[in-house]
Amino acid sequence: MNLSRRHFLVLVPAAAVAWKAVLAGTPEEAPNYNQAEHWWGMLIDIPKCIGCGNCVKACEAENDVPEGHFRTWVERYHVTDGNMTNPEVISPDGGKEGFPVVQEDAGKYFFVPKMCNHCSDSPCTQVCPVGATFVTPDGVVLVDQKYCLGCAYCVQACPYGCRYIHPEKKVADKCTLCYHRITKGLTTACCENCPTGARQLVDLKNPNDPIHEFLKTHAVQVLKPQMATGAKAFYNELDGSVR
Amino acid sequence: MSGVEGFMYPNEIALQWSVLIVLYPFITGLVAGAFILASLERVFRVEAVKPTYRLALLTALAFLLDAPLPLQLHLGHPERSPEMYFTPHATSAMAMFGYVYLWYLMAVLVLEIWLDYRRDIVLWSQQSKGLLRVIYKIMTLGSSNISERSLAIDERVGWIVTLIGIPSAFLLHGYVGFIFGSIKANPWWNSPLMPVVFIFSAMVSGIAAVMLLYMGVTKLRKKLIDIRCVDSIAMYLFYIFIIDFSLEMLDLIHRIYEADESFRSLDFMVHTKLFLSQIVLQICLGTLVPLVLLFLTQVVKFSEVVRKRMYATSGALALMGIFAMRWNVVIGGQIFSKSFLGYTTYKMTLGTREGLLPAIALTILPFIFLFVLIKLLPPWQDKDLHGTAAAD
Amino acid sequence: MSSFKDAGHLFRFAGLFVLAFVVFLVVRHWVVPKTFGQYGHYRGASIGEMAAKPVKYAGHEACEACHTDKADEKKAGKHAHVNCEACHGPLANHANDPAAVTPVKPDTVVLCARCHTASAAKPKKFPQVAPAEHSNGMPCQTCHNPHSPAMDAGGAK
Repeated sequence: MNLSRRHFLVLVPAAAVAWKAVLAGTPEEAPNYNQAEHWWGMLIDIPKCIGCGNCVKACEAENDVPEGHFRTWVERYHVTDGNMTNPEVISPDGGKEGFPVVQEDAGKYFFVPKMCNHCSDSPCTQVCPVGATFVTPDGVVLVDQKYCLGCAYCVQACPYGCRYIHPEKKVADKCTLCYHRITKGLTTACCENCPTGARQLVDLKNPNDPIHEFLKTHAVQVLKPQMATGAKAFYNELDGSVR
Repeated sequence: MSGVEGFMYPNEIALQWSVLIVLYPFITGLVAGAFILASLERVFRVEAVKPTYRLALLTALAFLLDAPLPLQLHLGHPERSPEMYFTPHATSAMAMFGYVYLWYLMAVLVLEIWLDYRRDIVLWSQQSKGLLRVIYKIMTLGSSNISERSLAIDERVGWIVTLIGIPSAFLLHGYVGFIFGSIKANPWWNSPLMPVVFIFSAMVSGIAAVMLLYMGVTKLRKKLIDIRCVDSIAMYLFYIFIIDFSLEMLDLIHRIYEADESFRSLDFMVHTKLFLSQIVLQICLGTLVPLVLLFLTQVVKFSEVVRKRMYATSGALALMGIFAMRWNVVIGGQIFSKSFLGYTTYKMTLGTREGLLPAIALTILPFIFLFVLIKLLPPWQDKDLHGTAAAD
Repeated sequence: MSSFKDAGHLFRFAGLFVLAFVVFLVVRHWVVPKTFGQYGHYRGASIGEMAAKPVKYAGHEACEACHTDKADEKKAGKHAHVNCEACHGPLANHANDPAAVTPVKPDTVVLCARCHTASAAKPKKFPQVAPAEHSNGMPCQTCHNPHSPAMDAGGAK
């Protein structure tokens, strides 16, 4: 089963072009990627999430996320007596190694993966004093770690708690929607490693994207809609108790 | 996880803004408040507070010079802070800091001090020797014109600067309030009242500080405290304190009445984690006790000695109360979870960059600056450093 | 006008401001990165820098390009949508140079339990067992083919 490098390249043209950019190591985008053609988001399908924490682990491996900080994490909700205002929520080490086993009870359990919502009206980019965090033309909120002062104002301004200050680099850090992957035709590390398809990347400018189609035909919600952040992480069957 | 009760989003557990960020609004508040006191004499012609005019300006300058230091110690990359001058982001209240600070320092405070002292600076530059002579000479900007006409121009321009200085002082401290008040993600901070509350509490702290400094420094110089001056300052302190207290009560009553989704979590936080700093230190000891003491001095005729003691006590308690208010805003805003399901603890370190020791050092430093300023630009008419009487 | 003579010191003060402003403009022109403002109020080059970072997970298409037999096994079974690296870990360096990097096969006792340990918190329809009762510590691949694990669909070994 040892194919030559050339054969490999012929078989997978999209990845091939992307690999060239990867191997070139030059700080410019992969040549076949046009920012204007994309508007990125993510679908999180709650009924499919089994709380395995694979996404958290994968993100950490792909992005060298520092210990004790999370670019993505999974929360487990336990809602009893239909009491939506007081759920029991845990996220042990961000859900990275899964969750403790529970026995059947009268309440309902479900898992909620969380991440940066890549808001189109993002409150975090609004407050940055120097322009170190921004929304790209293709809808991804990024941090320019060479420009960031580490003032943490953006961390305070995010309603979803998805930002942190990198303990070594002393700059703001957060989910980048695996920008270095999606611009090469790959999907994000969390989506790639989710065993049940609970997390799926979506391109809102692509009418042929099946996930885009899903969003149009199902009842989906965003977190904290009252904040009007233009969040682009869409949740299928999100319970009202989710904070 | 240690120090966490209930549920916090994983990235929320450690606090981002430390005691240094509590210190910064406290210091700029003192600057704004001291300046407002000085402007009472200059613009509103309140003669009684004249003995504190120059001292108030120097106090404002001493604290303003110290103000950027807690911020620099907090930044992950302080060497990049000039970016706020080169590429300020127009939608960020924090980006205003660089320009508002510079404006207030140079176009208001330094200019006003220079204009008020200029005649003395010119005289001192002619009379002193050595290094001092060089310093004063530089401060004259090479002009030794102290004719009647030039001084009259100084007086007029100084009046305009003070007039502009009042809204500038409000801006210097009000924008800090806006930094917190404009954050919709944080219900403890999010309020249109925040800049106004910050400004009025700043005035309370600044006026109390100048009053205490005047009484303290005069005693150290073994001179007589002008009781009419202190009575006047205390009266202004009292009325502004009433306004400040009313604004904070309005915020509190509004929150309790509306009882929105954050209320239960915040209410619990105030009654448990913030009980000491908010209920005891800020409200009872820091606001109610000084208000009662000041009220009594306004309606009952006490002897001078008793009055001075009551003023000093009120002033000291007020300063503690305003510091506690900054603490409750900054730290309080970070110890509850934005999920409203849990709380964390602020673990203040001792000797690290953002620890207690640097905070104490940065609180003492302005007094050192003030000492140097008083020596260099003595506010009083008695014998100065050079044995000659300074100008009136 | 004679008033200007007596206001000379003010002009000097103002002059300092003007000088400082000019110096500021010069330094700013020199210091601000050239790509700043290209797309918005940020350094345009940072987008390219972000996109150029190396990937650690190759993505299942890269694996399937070579490992067609395993890909075919998986396609027909219950693990059709479980991507290769979800179990095998990040292997972009292997896909880049297959001979140089040999992946380590995961330990099924630990790996499979991660998803399939029964818990009332998991969705009811999801296949889950209590590992101790089910296999008593035996590695899962003793009976199940990891690439097509369902026993009744021809996945039994």
